[in-house]
Amino acid sequence: MNSVGHEVWLAVVTCFAAVFTQNILLTTFLGMCPFTSVSREVKTAAGLGAAVVFVMTFTTALNWLAYYYVLVPLELEFFRFVLFIIIIAAFVQFVEMVIDRYSPKLYQSLGIFLPLITVNCAILGASLFMVIREYRFIETIGYGFGSGVGWLLAILAMAGIRQRLCEARIPMGLQGPGITLIIAGLMALAFVGFTGVLG
Amino acid sequence: MSPTATQSPRNIVLNGLWRDNPIFRQILGICSTLAVTNVVLNTAVMCTSLTLVTALSCWTVSLLRNWTPRNIRMMVQTLIMGFYVIIVDLILKAYWPEMSRNLGPYVGLILTNCIIMGRCEAFAGSNSPGLSFMDGLFSGLGYSLVLLGISMVRELLGMGTILGIAMPFFSTQWDKWIIMVMPPGAFFTLATALWILRSIGVREVKK
Repeated sequence: MNSVGHEVWLAVVTCFAAVFTQNILLTTFLGMCPFTSVSREVKTAAGLGAAVVFVMTFTTALNWLAYYYVLVPLELEFFRFVLFIIIIAAFVQFVEMVIDRYSPKLYQSLGIFLPLITVNCAILGASLFMVIREYRFIETIGYGFGSGVGWLLAILAMAGIRQRLCEARIPMGLQGPGITLIIAGLMALAFVGFTGVLG
Repeated sequence: MSPTATQSPRNIVLNGLWRDNPIFRQILGICSTLAVTNVVLNTAVMCTSLTLVTALSCWTVSLLRNWTPRNIRMMVQTLIMGFYVIIVDLILKAYWPEMSRNLGPYVGLILTNCIIMGRCEAFAGSNSPGLSFMDGLFSGLGYSLVLLGISMVRELLGMGTILGIAMPFFSTQWDKWIIMVMPPGAFFTLATALWILRSIGVREVKK
């Protein structure tokens, strides 16, 4: 197999792993804050999830380029936290302006979620994992996309379950975040079942 | 809590540890730390780093509050936090490389922890440096208390040890719940802790 084909294959595997066996929300707990607060309705959850998929794919790729072509040659690897967050913030701002200018309709459905994303730990977390696991460029794109999709999947499932739950009688102290965490635990338990599927 | 009122030190301590406890009152910032609660030692190191970063960032933000233009204050706060996170990361890497590897990306993720930003915005922006430092310190401690409790339960039930020391009953007769040291265990333990603490809180309010 030629090397490009092999890398693309690796990227596909990484992408599947990021969705199922290493789901960024259910196994590494990243992006919990919006997960507990924005998962009341399926529609808003889907909007936020779509925004996360989009931003995560592009920012991990951008951060990969910035890390390996700027920070590593300059031996400034320790500076990555600040550089990554600046790139993420700048990218989100830029996308917001572009969408606002060219597609007001999309802006109305996605726009309100974009500012929220800058402080989503999952976005920064994906970039940091990308550095620690030493992914190559194509793999990184697969990883960023897969992590985003995994997050979207988790928050959609959660929103669906919570909508069904609004009629249920839940003990006082457990209402709101408490029951959300228990559902998340049960979902995580289901995802543990995927462990080992991809070796 | 009104941001303009001057706070007495006693109130700050109580707010941070109990009344406004970041975890079970506000469910803030669990993302970056919940993942390392499977072993007590990791949690302790992570919580210490987080508390230090919060306290020092609040102090710095408060020192600079009169010189920071309002519209770029978020950026300035992020840079200040980033500065302290880098220091913590480098210290860990230099003196405790093993722990640095265990914690992986989570040290860097202190940067996006909502607690720090929350405290900087809500308190440090309008109070004196000394008080802000205390506020950050005790918010961090309140947060650490809950997480340390969670990690103790998880390590005890999952591996029968605390801080790596075998506990009498749990390491011999107890059937180890491996699930407790895996990700689902964190969700269940935190949910149970929330349930207990919130039920106590409700009773207090009713009085």
